Amino acid sequence: MRHPRHLPYLYLAPGLVIFAAFVLYPLARSAQFSLYAWDGLGASTWVGLANYADLLADPVLRAAFGHAFVLIGFFSLVPLALGLALAAILTHGRVRGLGMFRTVVFLPQVIAMVVVAVAWRQIYAPDGTLNTALRAIGLDNLAIPWLGDYTWTLPAVGVVGTWVQLGLVTVLLMAGMAKLPKEMYEAARIDGAGPVREFFAMTAPNVRAEMAVALTLTIIAALKTFDLVYVTTGGGPGNSTTVPAYEVYTRAFREGAVGSAAAIAVTLAILIFGINLIVNKLVDRPAG
Amino acid sequence: MIVSRPERVMNYVVLLVFAAFALAPILVILTTALAPSTTSPGGLATFASAWTQGRFGHYLSVSALVAVVVVTTATLCSILAGYALGTMTFRGSGIVFSLFLLGLMIPTEAIVVPLFYDLRGLGLTNTLWAVAFPQIAQSIAFGAYWMRAYFRAAPRALIEAATLDGASPRRVLWSILVPIGRPAVTTLVLLTFMWTWNEFLIPLVMSPNGAFRTAPLALALFKGQHVEATGLLAAGAVLVALPVVVLYLFLQRHFIRGMIEGAVRE
Repeated sequence: MRHPRHLPYLYLAPGLVIFAAFVLYPLARSAQFSLYAWDGLGASTWVGLANYADLLADPVLRAAFGHAFVLIGFFSLVPLALGLALAAILTHGRVRGLGMFRTVVFLPQVIAMVVVAVAWRQIYAPDGTLNTALRAIGLDNLAIPWLGDYTWTLPAVGVVGTWVQLGLVTVLLMAGMAKLPKEMYEAARIDGAGPVREFFAMTAPNVRAEMAVALTLTIIAALKTFDLVYVTTGGGPGNSTTVPAYEVYTRAFREGAVGSAAAIAVTLAILIFGINLIVNKLVDRPAG
Repeated sequence: MIVSRPERVMNYVVLLVFAAFALAPILVILTTALAPSTTSPGGLATFASAWTQGRFGHYLSVSALVAVVVVTTATLCSILAGYALGTMTFRGSGIVFSLFLLGLMIPTEAIVVPLFYDLRGLGLTNTLWAVAFPQIAQSIAFGAYWMRAYFRAAPRALIEAATLDGASPRRVLWSILVPIGRPAVTTLVLLTFMWTWNEFLIPLVMSPNGAFRTAPLALALFKGQHVEATGLLAAGAVLVALPVVVLYLFLQRHFIRGMIEGAVRE
């Protein structure tokens, strides 16, 4: 389009100025904060990379990142495995009510995480839905306080992540599988391939791009987990369910360790950026 | 396609199991809200007392105000920026686009600490601006990316023809491209509304005294004060989820398309 030379900058200006002031500038400030020790009130002291060294030295922080990686299993890997099977069934299983199912399974994606957390707290409560159901079928010794147990609380939080992400992953993979030519499957069925072989030989290799996107989105969601932990466990019992984002919040706004909080935040941003780069690189390669 | 009968029955069983898994927590919260208990009357009366006693009516109106400000400002800025990036050639366009893409990846956690301390220094914490502007900025990153994709795909011939007839770039945008692009804009508006309505960390941090306490925040803090009031809490949770869920049920294509296509980078 022909236009005066200055015109694009006028169109860009409002959005770019707000974006630069409230995203890019704070990001640079986070990097700056992370090099100081500061309690949020008084004077700050330059400490160089000490806050980053703490990420490896501080057992609470090491645990927080460890928990985040456990959550990746629940948020990403489990939904991917289940979603592949579900999407394959939905795409080629000749079942009715597909639209309905898609609506239902995607629903957890649009509900505020705080609401999700309140619902699952009700399920996991000592006399909540889950334990009532367990007692009803005579499994009384399995009815534990799910959000107050050093071993089981992190997996319990993880299952919530599985519940939230499964629909997104399934719908993404369905979109990928819908593009595959029907004839290919017809031919395979005539040659006598069963559903299992059909899936591993044809479906899975052809939705690599969608799998990559699903992994990226869900891994990032796992790493950014905050609302869910804040509402269900508050990082407890002890530090058994604390996660990096929760440490950012408590250190910056409750414990007066602003530099340390900023270092965790910058590390999170770098991790997320790295995962995006790696996955995009893997997908950009032509299949074969 | 030939699908054997046992295979089809199996498929239906699998689908039903997963549909039940997706719906169960939603049913738990609905039945908890509707059932009478020692602390709540049950039925719609529970919702009424959550609205007044739990002050959810007030918090929902705060949420609505924040959402309106964020959605209108972010959508307008996104359309303008996307138009420049998608239809005009200029120096630095590549860098600007890369910056917006970078913004898509930056987690809120990475900006919220200095946002709070810098805005506190300016005396802006506990104002609408502190809660809204960080969210506007994050929405613009996605919106500029989303609208650029639409403007790039818009028919060139139409733009050329309008320009030959003497239409200014402004006219081409508002009289031709935006009306045709209504589906893309609707998707953007819906997604921005959903993210803003469901946002937790920014209102939590940017309004420590509760002057701009949005509904999700009120819900998270409600548990602290009313340990036993599960009925009221559940009713509050339903009220918080309802606006987005209702929009989703009517316009699910937009939600799903936006979240799927918006995630697939070019």
